[in-house]
Amino acid sequence: MAEVLVKRLRKEFPDGTVAVEELDLAIADGELFVMLGPSGCGKTTTLRCVAGLEEETSGQIVIGDEVVSGLRPSQRDIAMVFQFYALYPHLSVRDNLAFPLRAAKRPAAEVDERVNEAARMLRLEPFLDRRPGKLSGGEQQRVALGRAMVRHPKAFLMDEPLTNLDAELRADMRAELKHVQQRLSSTMIYVTHDQTEAMALGDRIAIMNKGRLEQLGAPMEVYDRPATLFAARFIGSPPMNLIEAEVTNGHLTAAGGLTIAAPEGIQRGERVIAGVRPESFTVSDPASDPDGARGRVASREALGDETIYVVETEAGLLNVRMPPTARFGEDQVVTVRHRGSAPPVYDPQTERLVGR
Amino acid sequence: MAAHIQPSGIADKGIAGETAPPPVRRSRRLGSAFEIALLALLAVVMLFPVLWMLETALKDTRDIYAVPAKLINFGPTLDHIKDVFSADSPVFSGFKNSVIVATASTIIATVLGVPAAWAYSRFQIPAKKDQLFFILSTRFMPPVVVVIPVFLMYRDLALLDTLQGLVLVYAAFNLPFTIWMMKGFIDELPAEYEEAAMLDGYSRFEAFWRVTMPLLIPGIAATAVFALIFSWNEFVFSIFLITDPDTRTAPAAIAGLIGGTTIDWGLVAASAMVFALPVLLFAFLVRKHLVAGVTLGAVRR
Repeated sequence: MAEVLVKRLRKEFPDGTVAVEELDLAIADGELFVMLGPSGCGKTTTLRCVAGLEEETSGQIVIGDEVVSGLRPSQRDIAMVFQFYALYPHLSVRDNLAFPLRAAKRPAAEVDERVNEAARMLRLEPFLDRRPGKLSGGEQQRVALGRAMVRHPKAFLMDEPLTNLDAELRADMRAELKHVQQRLSSTMIYVTHDQTEAMALGDRIAIMNKGRLEQLGAPMEVYDRPATLFAARFIGSPPMNLIEAEVTNGHLTAAGGLTIAAPEGIQRGERVIAGVRPESFTVSDPASDPDGARGRVASREALGDETIYVVETEAGLLNVRMPPTARFGEDQVVTVRHRGSAPPVYDPQTERLVGR
Repeated sequence: MAAHIQPSGIADKGIAGETAPPPVRRSRRLGSAFEIALLALLAVVMLFPVLWMLETALKDTRDIYAVPAKLINFGPTLDHIKDVFSADSPVFSGFKNSVIVATASTIIATVLGVPAAWAYSRFQIPAKKDQLFFILSTRFMPPVVVVIPVFLMYRDLALLDTLQGLVLVYAAFNLPFTIWMMKGFIDELPAEYEEAAMLDGYSRFEAFWRVTMPLLIPGIAATAVFALIFSWNEFVFSIFLITDPDTRTAPAAIAGLIGGTTIDWGLVAASAMVFALPVLLFAFLVRKHLVAGVTLGAVRR
């Protein structure tokens, strides 16, 4: 296992598109590092540069204490799991698992032992003699993971490995993946566009956009204080409410009389965009709370454990997360109130976090 | 035309545009009877020369000249077919040469063409499209147009009347075709397989050899059969570049049977049947892949 450093990475394709602008990442030994972003943000390109499948235009990649720029993928001692698994269709599961070991010319006894170990760990023993085409998506996924594991590589690279699974299986595999990663205490770089996956898995998350790093931090850090409006929109479901507000005496005031606690360090009179999570709002009956901002329930989603209200107010449509005990019907007039500590606020021009 | 793509009855009723009601049963049956009659007639017309050839090959020499022609009640014999393979047969060495030339030229075209197709499919190559167009453009020229320059070159190089010369021409003609057809197959194969193999510890070429090659075998078989059929059937180069009876190929040898004072029609027909057989056999063996190859890109993963 080893740490992975990405230093001032830039990747420009021959047709002129710049996939990665200038990226610095330091991934610690044993860390599960998630790169999150929409398609075309450069996350997969970065991963392929680390793997050696793409050659960086400039910059440096270090795996362990070795600069790997210019080395072939096979010389980098890393393993990768692809979105479509890329299991060799003409080989049995056993031969698929043994493939990297045979490539390394390990003795047959060791190959058997490692393959059996991986098969046991991933519960693949019943399928060893089948071809990948005869397996379900989840089983194929486990074979791909097993093939990456057997060689005990310095780092694992995962390129959206769970995208092709159905929702239920995805949650199972997510847990299994995290379990395997912790058990092997391996360095893992995990690329995804699914923010739930990123939150659930990552020790740290790097949010990328247009080839640049938007924010880097632990999942809760990223969730609580997105560094930019882009990150604020990307993390969280339903997304963060972004509300234009003005700083008045001691708090933020938005249209329609909605008041929000103000963070320290911003000037009175300044116009900002406040990022308020749906769970930091409450809706209540105007009869019991006549002072809150008025709104109308535009839609509601009862999810069982919680209910999501979309409330139309003068400050715009607000997402509000409420416990299932709250019962408001559609079109009902309600009042919305912010509760809890001050939310992160953003400068409308720079779209970056201001204040403390 | 939809009926050719999809068996009737399976077609989705809901597809936009296909709102016409299904035809009434009786008119359909009438229609199909008419169709069958028409198609049968067409088949007889189309296949008549082949059937006649087969009959002639199996007829007694006397019955070949019988007037009116004996369609069914002829004296059957295998003598003509035996003659094709006999020691003093004028066509047997032609068959032998055809086998050598077709096999050698196909092997050369495949060995050169498959890696070339792989490179064109997988790597960034300057002016790739232009290069591929240039390669294809060598097939635009009808053989008759290039045969004279080739003849002159071969005369200087002492390649006339040699099998090597013919192998070279056929390989050159098959190479563009092999590259184009194989490129289609390789484009269909996800590059991820090779990338996975590269990360698993192999070099680029090893990855190609161990992962891509085994998956390409059906495609290679189909392409090779096409090349084989071309080389086997080729006539123009064969007749121009080779005059020596010892080195000419089967098409030229069979053509050579016609034009003497007496023509042994039985032998001509039997030779033609023997000549047609390998092509039919190969085409039958790889028929599934032939269709896939022709439609380039319709291969199921």
